[in-house]
Amino acid sequence: MAGYEPTRRAFLAATGGFTLAAVLPLKLQAQQGATGASPNAYIRIAPDNSVTVLVKHIEFGQGTWTGLTTMVAEELDASWSQMRAEHAPADRELYVNSMFGVQGTGGSSATPSSWLPMRQAGAAARAMLAQAAADMWDVPPNEIVINEGIVSHPDSGVQTSFGALADAASRIVPPSNPVLKSASDFRLIGRDLPRIEVPEKTDGTAIFSIDVFREGMLNVAVAHPPLFGGRVVSFDPNPALALPGVVRVEQIPNGIAVYAQDTWSAFRGRDALVIQWDDEGAETRSSDEIYAVWAEAARSASAIAEDVGDVDDALATAATVLQADYRFPFLVQAPLEPLDGVVELGEDRAEFWMGSQLQTGDQIAAGLVLGFPPEEVRINTMLAGGSFGRRAQPDSHFASELARVARAAGPGIYKLLWSREDDIRGGYYRPMTAHFLEGGLNAAGDIVAWRDNVASQSIYSGSFLERYVRDGVDPSSVEGAVAMPYAFPNIRVANRIMESAVPPLWWRSVGHTHAAYATETFLDELLAAGGQDPVEGRLRLLRNDAARDRGVLERVAEIAAWQGTEAGGGVARGVALHESFNTYVAMIADVSNEGGEPRVHRVWVAVDCGIPINPNIIEAQVMGAVGYGLSAALYEELTLLAGGIVDQSNFDLYRILRNSEMPNIEVSIIQSDADPTGIGEPGTPPIAPAIGNAWRVLTGAAPRRLPMVRA
Amino acid sequence: MTTVFELNGSAVEVDSDPDTPLLWILRDTLRLTGTKYGCGIAQCGACTVLIDGFAQRSCVTPLAAVSDASVTTIEGIDGPEAAAVQAAWREIEVPQCGYCQSGQIMTATALLRETPAPSDDDILAAMDGNLCRCATYPRIRQAVRSAAESLEG
Repeated sequence: MAGYEPTRRAFLAATGGFTLAAVLPLKLQAQQGATGASPNAYIRIAPDNSVTVLVKHIEFGQGTWTGLTTMVAEELDASWSQMRAEHAPADRELYVNSMFGVQGTGGSSATPSSWLPMRQAGAAARAMLAQAAADMWDVPPNEIVINEGIVSHPDSGVQTSFGALADAASRIVPPSNPVLKSASDFRLIGRDLPRIEVPEKTDGTAIFSIDVFREGMLNVAVAHPPLFGGRVVSFDPNPALALPGVVRVEQIPNGIAVYAQDTWSAFRGRDALVIQWDDEGAETRSSDEIYAVWAEAARSASAIAEDVGDVDDALATAATVLQADYRFPFLVQAPLEPLDGVVELGEDRAEFWMGSQLQTGDQIAAGLVLGFPPEEVRINTMLAGGSFGRRAQPDSHFASELARVARAAGPGIYKLLWSREDDIRGGYYRPMTAHFLEGGLNAAGDIVAWRDNVASQSIYSGSFLERYVRDGVDPSSVEGAVAMPYAFPNIRVANRIMESAVPPLWWRSVGHTHAAYATETFLDELLAAGGQDPVEGRLRLLRNDAARDRGVLERVAEIAAWQGTEAGGGVARGVALHESFNTYVAMIADVSNEGGEPRVHRVWVAVDCGIPINPNIIEAQVMGAVGYGLSAALYEELTLLAGGIVDQSNFDLYRILRNSEMPNIEVSIIQSDADPTGIGEPGTPPIAPAIGNAWRVLTGAAPRRLPMVRA
Repeated sequence: MTTVFELNGSAVEVDSDPDTPLLWILRDTLRLTGTKYGCGIAQCGACTVLIDGFAQRSCVTPLAAVSDASVTTIEGIDGPEAAAVQAAWREIEVPQCGYCQSGQIMTATALLRETPAPSDDDILAAMDGNLCRCATYPRIRQAVRSAAESLEG
């Protein structure tokens, strides 16, 4: 996919290995509209005094609309009540994610990649409004005061609004280097401003892709191969066409599309199809068979991701050596709104309504199918009912399928909805992963050697991110396993890339999902073998430069009143510490053994994500991320049966966390003056090891296999 | 075949296959899109509506089953319990992605109409059938308690 290349920065950001600075140069385009002003591509000021922020990131629950709008409003000195938000159009030039090089959302990057450009946009717009007012009143611009959306000149007692100045401001040349506030002057950033789209999400009026209806629209369901890598040999459309409401059946490259007057007819028509599939080259192994291969490969993984000292020598001379094999299943993101979208296909252009998470890739992929240049593929990014990684596909398979559905039937309007069964059985899972760990202790009980071998499918290989797979290491497979904050003298982390026809994808916090569990439970065992307390032992091990790790660990121990692993009454406590996406999180979980299953009673979290822009949203994201990780730790597993068929198809068998299984969670946010980092994902990784560590206290052994509760 | 029922206080006539799930009648035929599809097999609760006052899964309720019944969706829900629930949902900022929240609000409203002062166990029992993949569960519990308290007050 020429022209769709992430920068080096994207790679580094995705691996979570350094603190990045967003450096998107502000594209100041003074666009004079018929009414109002667009001081730049991010802001629209209307005569009615509303200020609309065009948000370059999809809103799927993580709070980007409110967060980015806060950044603009802060520098604009607007009143929060006049602020609005909407999704920006798909336009790589204007709305690039500086951490990706394309327009898109992921890797908890929306906040850090927006921190500078959105404030610059607000500051530039403020300067233009001030200049317009100064011109109007014939006073020096530095005497203009802007506060809470009111523009005034105190000496002469005049004042006006943004709306009244909008037209004049739009004719001002934007400043090339607008001055930003210092943090001590923030009056919106750091406050619990009300989340913008909450009202429409409490009365049913929020419009998601599934809610888009266009005149003449057909509803489409696609029959996909039952095995990963399967293909259509032949099919009989007639049983489907005989049903009321079904109007058309077409073969597309990845299945058979049924077009109908309504959703139900499309689903019924699809069920009626008779299709012969070719399973040549398909994945036919069971999960157990696949894991056996992965586990063997992990033992002998040799592509080096991190190498410190001499781990082989250190293990050979250690007083005590512990080993552990870990098994992690395929996981489904399962956003509650399944993949869906609407396309209106014209003769030389197409318009999409979908929860696009990688707009640039979706434009390119759909354009390739339809034979249009990407800019003729217009995407209206819709609110989405969750994603957790699922809507960001390196191959843009969903936008491609939607385009194929339209191409097969010709110009017209089509809504494609994946059923829950399509979602659960559709692949793009968090890949099955095996870890093999070895740790060595000296006679004093200090950790002298640390080995972590990771066998997993590569998410980047075969995608536009393939170039970042170097020397046999996919950074997304080993993130969280490398660059731990602990001062082990000898470390080796290795990777083995495994092959399967099951398409892999990121799943909220990606490689950290398994790395945090393997590393933090194994560390706990080593600390216990050395006679050390889990909190004290970690604090002792942290490197001198791991101040933020230390800060969250000390904070969580404080709010949970940590006094060791015994909480009394049959309750044990586990702790875990894990940084991901440059955000630092420590957790303590209270767990009991109820009939052989872990019951999580309470969780404490300390988080350091830099300057907290909206503490209430940070708390919500962290609680939700804990719930997401808890769901996987306890219940989630997608399995392939012998022959390669997926064993689950819906929430009856693919079990996700319910309300009664969710503990109360206390979140403590570190006050920081560091640049803000993401918060969508980092709350997920530490919960599973915190539970596993408590379980070891209760039972003598942390689970080596997730989920902990299996059918 | 024509099916007649009351929807959000007004009589409606629908000429559709009576086996069609009510969910798709509401969404595709009547264009009331606040009621969501999540699973189609009564596992997630995103499609919850009130049928004669009871919280029901519209995805497994055939159209024929609501003949002459009264159906209330998120678009038509009213009364003190619904107002209290929606106000609490806004105040506590329950929604994240928001997709399941219509169903959560319908279930919570039905709970408070039946049980004005629910215990914590009552709340869990009532809300346990409504999945939230964003795991807004603690705030859902908090909002139901808050709504109940505001109704007492």
